[in-house]
Amino acid sequence: MNTSRLTRMILVLALAASGAAQAADDSASDSDKIEAYREMISDGNPAEFDEMRGEELWKKPAGPKNASLEKCDLGKGAGVVKGAYAALPRYFKDTKKVQDLESRLLTCMTTLQGIPEADITAKPFASDKKPSDISSLATYVVGQSKGMKMAVSTKHPKEKEAYEIGKRIFNYRAGPYDFACSTCHATSDVRIRMQDLPNFNVKADAQSAYSSWPAYRVSQGLTRSFQWRLNDCFRQQRFPEPKFASEATVALTMYLAVSANGADYAGPGLKR
Amino acid sequence: MNAKQLFGIAVSVCLASVTFSAQAGSKDDKKLDAKTTEIIKRDFRDKGIAKADRVNQDELQAACSKYLDDVPDKLKGKLEAAQAKEIKWPADGKYMGDWKAGEKLAQSGRGMTWSDKPEDTPGGNCYNCHRLSAKEIAYGTIGPSLLNYGKKRGTKEEVQRSVYGHIYNAKAYNACANMPRFGHMGILTEAQIKDLVALLLDPESPVNPKDASAAAK
Ligand code: HEC
Ligand code: HEC
Repeated sequence: MNTSRLTRMILVLALAASGAAQAADDSASDSDKIEAYREMISDGNPAEFDEMRGEELWKKPAGPKNASLEKCDLGKGAGVVKGAYAALPRYFKDTKKVQDLESRLLTCMTTLQGIPEADITAKPFASDKKPSDISSLATYVVGQSKGMKMAVSTKHPKEKEAYEIGKRIFNYRAGPYDFACSTCHATSDVRIRMQDLPNFNVKADAQSAYSSWPAYRVSQGLTRSFQWRLNDCFRQQRFPEPKFASEATVALTMYLAVSANGADYAGPGLKR
Repeated sequence: MNAKQLFGIAVSVCLASVTFSAQAGSKDDKKLDAKTTEIIKRDFRDKGIAKADRVNQDELQAACSKYLDDVPDKLKGKLEAAQAKEIKWPADGKYMGDWKAGEKLAQSGRGMTWSDKPEDTPGGNCYNCHRLSAKEIAYGTIGPSLLNYGKKRGTKEEVQRSVYGHIYNAKAYNACANMPRFGHMGILTEAQIKDLVALLLDPESPVNPKDASAAAK
């Protein structure tokens, strides 16, 4: 990214921040605003800052073992980042588990770099006070699958099993409001207040929703990972908190990713 | 082989695989159901007011999850009767409160998430899912429009009672309805539910606008 582009992006960010504040009390035209905003930054999504930060983190030796992540195997062989996200989650022989991008990054950071797992999972999401290394790394990795076809496999029995469990979690109603993911995401053309809800039982909806995450959120001024997206929907579902990169979240991701297969991966995206 | 024959073969192959997976299904399904429950109980933790035991299902939640909201008629009737039995009707026999307080409650989307504070009282979240007052354009559409609700139904006592019952526990009327059980789950108090009944039925409420053009919408 050259300097003039960078300056322009910063300007756009400032504009967006004021726009977002305004949008809070004028939600009626949220989608128009986001469209206008998309136009403005058509040649630069602020998520690029995270992609750059993630790339540096990937290449820089770190942790007690002072190692980079360049030997991390995301499923396409050690160090191969290109196209890796378009085939995740998948089964990994070394851990004997189905892993999504973030749980796999967690494995690499603990095994290759020797960073204690608890140090990463204590605060896995970015806040305006502190960026998240694992989120930045994820943003970098997904950027290397841009434009590729989502092709997540269910050939391995464990992959098939994760998909089936994910589907069950999607429909699992509980909590004080009796909500499941399906309460909000299994009917077409409905919305909560003014926010349109994708119907994950419909291919086209699942594809456009899934393939646009992770995403830079204008209202928060932060790039958000897919684990964050699930976490915040479980919050709205009035559930307790899903453990970061847990089997439940990976299975659910598997279900959604397979539902989105065939989409051209378009992340990191840009959202309200 | 012509196209029709090919199609016939394709159809029978598909049918065969459907029956096969349905047969293989039941035993595998039970195993997967059990594993799902095990994973859910293990992978969630307390956060703020949202405690881990919220993932434990009652009979109704379990049935609606299992049958994807399409429970067999006999079970549906049983579940609805059990929910209806637990409705606590107002002791004073009055169902209507203050529609203005009801409108405030309907607007509030607060409540019961882990980011809500223990001292925050939950709102009704009604506008999240329903159109109510003609003036509020930021309404959700998961539930039916309730605009003109009272105008269409009147304010007879049986209507008041039915609305009170729906808000207290919509599952007493339709077991797997996508509407929370506000009274049953202790989200709203009796007085709050009465205010919401008034919002829907009171002729003065903005849900029942007097001017004909709004009414037509
Ligand atoms: C009570 C409502 C509710 C529940 C329950 C819910 N969601 Fe959501 N979901 C939303 C809303 C609202 C949005 C749009 C968010 C926004 O713009 O802030 C959304 C957005 C999403 C998106 C991103 C869609 C896009 O196009 O950007 C995904 C993916 C998603 N939800 C998945 C899930 C999953 C999986 C579950 C279950 C764990 C779930 N949701 C449960 C309300 C809900
Ligand atoms: C998460 C979504 C949701 C929320 C929140 C919600 N509802 Fe509903 N509501 C529904 C759905 C869905 C139905 C249709 C129920 C059915 O399928 O039987 C419904 C039905 C109703 C009905 C019966 C309508 C009829 O046909 O006679 C009333 C009355 C009602 N809701 C009032 C309210 C009020 C008042 C609130 C706020 C306290 C509220 N609802 C909150 C989803 C919701």
